[in-house]
Amino acid sequence: MPLLGDNKHMSIEVRIPTILRPYTKDAKVVAAQGGDLAGVIADLDQNYPGLGERLLDNGALRKFINVYINDEDVRFIGGLTAPVKAGDSVTILPAVAGGQ
Amino acid sequence: MARYDSLISSVGHTPLVGLPHLSPSKSVRLWAKLEDRNPTGSIKDRAAIAMIDQAERDGLLTPGATILEPTSGNTGISLAMVAKIRGYKLICVMPENTSIERRQILEMWGAEIIFSQAAGGSNEAVRVAKELATKNPEWVFLYQYGNPANSFAHYSTTGPEIFADLPTITHFVAGLGTTGTLMGTGKYLRDKNPDVKIIAAEPRYGELVYGLRNIDEGFVPELYDESILSRRFSVGAEDSVRRVRDLLDKEGIFAGISTGAILHASLALAEEAVKAGEPADIAFIVCDGGWKYLSTGVYGATNNPDVAQATQDLDTQLWA
Repeated sequence: MPLLGDNKHMSIEVRIPTILRPYTKDAKVVAAQGGDLAGVIADLDQNYPGLGERLLDNGALRKFINVYINDEDVRFIGGLTAPVKAGDSVTILPAVAGGQ
Repeated sequence: MARYDSLISSVGHTPLVGLPHLSPSKSVRLWAKLEDRNPTGSIKDRAAIAMIDQAERDGLLTPGATILEPTSGNTGISLAMVAKIRGYKLICVMPENTSIERRQILEMWGAEIIFSQAAGGSNEAVRVAKELATKNPEWVFLYQYGNPANSFAHYSTTGPEIFADLPTITHFVAGLGTTGTLMGTGKYLRDKNPDVKIIAAEPRYGELVYGLRNIDEGFVPELYDESILSRRFSVGAEDSVRRVRDLLDKEGIFAGISTGAILHASLALAEEAVKAGEPADIAFIVCDGGWKYLSTGVYGATNNPDVAQATQDLDTQLWA
């Protein structure tokens, strides 16, 4: 839970897919800050240079990148403006064919 | 009317059953559409029969023809049954990390299986199948991920069946794979009542399945139209296993693992409706029965009572 409203200095857990781990020195989960998804990505890019460019293209999420905040696809809850708060879990996954 | 000219014509008309024990209240109710009651035991019979019928009408499928399809199991099994009866040969490209039962059932109906490597999951199966289709232009590539007959099967059957049985429906929840079920059923329900929420539950597999060589190898099915969906949830193996057991223990429904993911999302929506003090009729899809997944041990009775262990065992598997 957020404490004393000081959300921006508290951390958000971000799960990194295998294919992007070269940017995070192989870390599977990293901490980030930000009030919305755009902020989280900007923070990630600052700590792990180049990662932002793999997620965004012309200021929008790349077609083959899916991002979930607490298991919900961000494209349906505001995209890059989707709010994120301390304690939230952000999962990044490449879009792959589902089983059928 | 429960009499049909043949097994194939008995597809669909599946029961929609209430879940009195898992529904949170009298005004927030869950309803399960039992698609395991189809001829080969999964919702994929609807799409498979529709795609074959359409290819026959288009003159693409002629006697003795060979059908090619990438599949993790259910669509292949449906196609194999129809192909056997109608005299077509079927070649399935299937990831090697799928349950043994799926392979056994495909072989039982005479399908040939080409295994694609585990890393990359269905993504890799689609890639290999597309390559084979290019090299063998005489084969009929039905391609469920981009074949409009797939989603139309749900627009013309699944959607109307659900709306007739549950005109008060507020939410429709289904799995997201080819996206055919959600696109077709979702569009029909929206046409009937624009307020119905269409929700996708997408299985989140272990890391191996997302093992692409680079992001540009990612894949979004050609059938997918984001505007049909209201929300989309990613559900991991642990929640899926827990829910598939709940469905068995509390309602007596023996379903496949992906249905656990769908139930998990449905229960989250039900909880939201309760909190908001709003009535809800939430219909969700039971994609198939649990028979094909018994060997995975997720049902727990004897060989794998611990959810964490059962989840770990699924980590490298394409479980939906």
